[in-house]
Amino acid sequence: MRYLPLTPDDRASMLAKTGARDIDALFRDVPKSAVVARSAFDLPDTQGELAVERTLSCMASRNMAGGSVPFFCGAGAYKHHVPAAVDHLIQRSEFLTSYTPYQPEIAQGTLQYLFEFQTQVALLTGMEVANASLYDGSTATAEAVLMAQRLTRRPKAILSGGLHPHYAETVETLAALSGGVVRAPTAPGKAEDIASLIDRQTACVVVQSPDAFGLIRDLKPIAEAAHAKGALLIAVVTEVVSLGLIEPPGHQGADIVAAEGQSIGVGLNFGGPYVGLFATREKFIRQMPGRLSGETVDANGKRGFVLTLSTREQHIRREKATSNICTNSGLCCLAFTIHLSLLGEEGFVRLARANHGRACALADRLSRMKDVELVTPSFFNEFTLRLPKPAASVVDALADRHILAGVPAARLWPGDRDVRDLLIVAATETVSDEDCDVFVKALAEVL
Amino acid sequence: MPMNAQGRPSAAAAVERVDLATISGDRGLDHEEPLIFELGREGVTGVDIPEVQLSAARLDGQRRCAPIGLPGLSEPEVVRHYVRLSRMNYAIDAGLYPLGSCTMKHNPRLNEKMARLSGFGDIHPLQPQQTVQGALALISELMRWLTTLTGMPAVAMSPKAGAHGELCGLLTIRAALDARGENRTRILVPSSAHGTNPATAALAGFTVDEVPATDDGHVDADALEAKLDADVAAIMLTNPNTCGLFEPRIKELADAAHKIGGYFYCDGANFNAIAGRVRPGDLGVDAMHINLHKTFSTPHGGGGPGAGPVVLSAALAAYAPLPLLMHDGERLRLVEERGALPAGAKPFGRMCAFHGQMGMFVGAISYMLSHGADGIRQASEDAVLSANYILASLKDVVSAPFGDGPCMHEALFDDSFLQGSGVTTLDFAKAMIDEGYHPMTMYFPLVVHGAMLIEPTESESKESLDRFIHVMRGLAEEAKAAKRERFEGAPYYAPRRRLDETLAARKPVLRWRRRELPQAAE
Repeated sequence: MRYLPLTPDDRASMLAKTGARDIDALFRDVPKSAVVARSAFDLPDTQGELAVERTLSCMASRNMAGGSVPFFCGAGAYKHHVPAAVDHLIQRSEFLTSYTPYQPEIAQGTLQYLFEFQTQVALLTGMEVANASLYDGSTATAEAVLMAQRLTRRPKAILSGGLHPHYAETVETLAALSGGVVRAPTAPGKAEDIASLIDRQTACVVVQSPDAFGLIRDLKPIAEAAHAKGALLIAVVTEVVSLGLIEPPGHQGADIVAAEGQSIGVGLNFGGPYVGLFATREKFIRQMPGRLSGETVDANGKRGFVLTLSTREQHIRREKATSNICTNSGLCCLAFTIHLSLLGEEGFVRLARANHGRACALADRLSRMKDVELVTPSFFNEFTLRLPKPAASVVDALADRHILAGVPAARLWPGDRDVRDLLIVAATETVSDEDCDVFVKALAEVL
Repeated sequence: MPMNAQGRPSAAAAVERVDLATISGDRGLDHEEPLIFELGREGVTGVDIPEVQLSAARLDGQRRCAPIGLPGLSEPEVVRHYVRLSRMNYAIDAGLYPLGSCTMKHNPRLNEKMARLSGFGDIHPLQPQQTVQGALALISELMRWLTTLTGMPAVAMSPKAGAHGELCGLLTIRAALDARGENRTRILVPSSAHGTNPATAALAGFTVDEVPATDDGHVDADALEAKLDADVAAIMLTNPNTCGLFEPRIKELADAAHKIGGYFYCDGANFNAIAGRVRPGDLGVDAMHINLHKTFSTPHGGGGPGAGPVVLSAALAAYAPLPLLMHDGERLRLVEERGALPAGAKPFGRMCAFHGQMGMFVGAISYMLSHGADGIRQASEDAVLSANYILASLKDVVSAPFGDGPCMHEALFDDSFLQGSGVTTLDFAKAMIDEGYHPMTMYFPLVVHGAMLIEPTESESKESLDRFIHVMRGLAEEAKAAKRERFEGAPYYAPRRRLDETLAARKPVLRWRRRELPQAAE
């Protein structure tokens, strides 16, 4: 057992120091009837690294890794190239194996990168302040709705039909307890009339842009309509790379921005861990969920950083806290911060242009195909096609040919017959010309 | 002065100790480091991406007008910046990290290596399920380990951390009550509970009814039973509790909760004390989250990410949230929607997008397979033994309110040994930093005054524990001798001295802003 340093002699002498007769005596408060023998567990015994690595590598090899095939999946999780330096740096012991920075004198590394992360998120979203992360975009959206309900003291949340359905279900699960959730009907490729649904009971309107079909939404009129009735606009972004090219929600009147940060620095990971970005206006900070790193000085007057405004948080406020969140996405924040620092203004904007250019070129080629229609007139790096047959069967047929062709809309809106033939296709900078050629050729064969 | 053949001095001359102010502001290996925004310049990038000319953008007129304001740095500059920041952090890899209830144990690098296999790290959550059968098999295997170790029939895998798992458990309970047509409003929570417990109960729409602790550090079982009535949805207990003690009447309390039609939620943050030896299912638990980043050693990463799967009893299993993992013969299938539910399933909703923390799942199963069931049991025993060794070795100099009996995996001390010394728990903790240690958890649990909660974990050698004990005894004696200056000013030997938290809260500065240049005089 390579992870356990104590030897049998150590255990014997330590036990002697405690005065206990044997190890069972230390467990004396545990009812005897509750103690089970090793044989109660139908599980294997200890194994060496080699054996474990063999078992897990075998499982991993049964999956079709994104990098091994032409890859076009998006719908809330995006494949981007992450520079090698990012993973190297986040695996440094001092970052990987430290705890939440509750002792700031020996956690300035964590606190400073969180402060940098907060600044980057505020700049990208065009907002005044951001927190030190939530779990992911979907839970950040649910927290944003709860915050809007607290700020407005109103119960109702109106969700755009273009909001990622998993996000909508997460919001419904959480916010249904504190008020009503209304989902606008789904209208692929169109900007719905959400303003007419806003009334005096409405706490917030939740709109995703680019939406779940890839359509870019104009948030300004929605913000104006919401504000006119005293409601807040929550803007959701699932692809943050889009903010290199698109007007940020903060410049369009959003009151809270909830976003998924996975695209920058974090791999696909089959859905987690990811990193929830949460930004808002300065005047709302005392209702924000999650940790905040703030600037201060030490006893020598040197600049330093501490966790601050903790009176919002569960470990101080208990049942009156703004959220129950404790563990967040610290290490993913770090990956985000390092990747964005490597990109800088120039690299980030170039990355966004490369994504948009790639998607435009692919959309043009695919929509010229017979019986294939482009549903989304505007988009960033993801668009929706209407195919002449159910998209799920097309995706399966292409997977058999080792192409991951995108996400069938039916996977996200399973009961909705109108979306049965829709395919959501993402093309990032990782897609090559050859990948596009293979995709177009194979699609023509299976349609 | 001794010199070598080239005339280079080969030993230091005796010089009086001086507090040297350096020209750079740095001190040897201790570097000061500006914010990333104070470095760099325009037009530089650390990632080479070809420039793409957009002939016809499809942005619907939503093109970004203003620059973002990010600094430009090359790769070596960025690497140096974050390496320098890392060196301002304490870490379990660098030293004992005795944070009670946080479980800072060794994080094997094998876990990280396995999570980064492209077959796990580079698969999309929505790619066709026939292309991710290995990933689903891994989740299924982890579910088998978790249900077997806990003696519970079901587990919900999607919660992303302990508190998210608590919420999942309470929403499951709410759904079960709804199905019975009952609207119970109260959750009984001991005063010693983690802050997440009452916060979660409130988030799940319940009111929190606090149960006091007894003088011996246990929940007051009689007071708890007296509060049980038809309005109680559940009791929410941590076991072993936050005083580091096993609740001996746990089964009786579970039975009492069931008798009035309520449920028993167990906070599994301290499962690492009993894993492989005691099955919570045998104690009458209905729901319990398991912090994979604590008990099963996926790293804490400076505050996350974690994972908080929730094991469920037969009474609650049907209400587990989406997605569900089903076996169709040889094939595994994720059920992501209500339209395709197996018979009897009544999921309460969805905790988050996609299927949970796959990266943590891989790390946890790597750890479990390495240890095996025998190793997990031994780890629990070593964790308990190490905590008791510290308790026995310190309790004559550091006051231990419940030190008469054994503890579980963490030893609780209070500040009565500091009485009259002028030294506080906070001062004592900061003095530990000067001695090269991360402080223990302080001022928690709330049921003792000036609490110091020490959890050594199973990862420390006896030599490491002895050295820690030696330092703690030394500090306790210094405090009793009222040598206040070493405590009040501590830490002296850290990247920063004590920081002004009041200033940070009173005038919050939560982001960097470019300083406006002073206007030129007209």
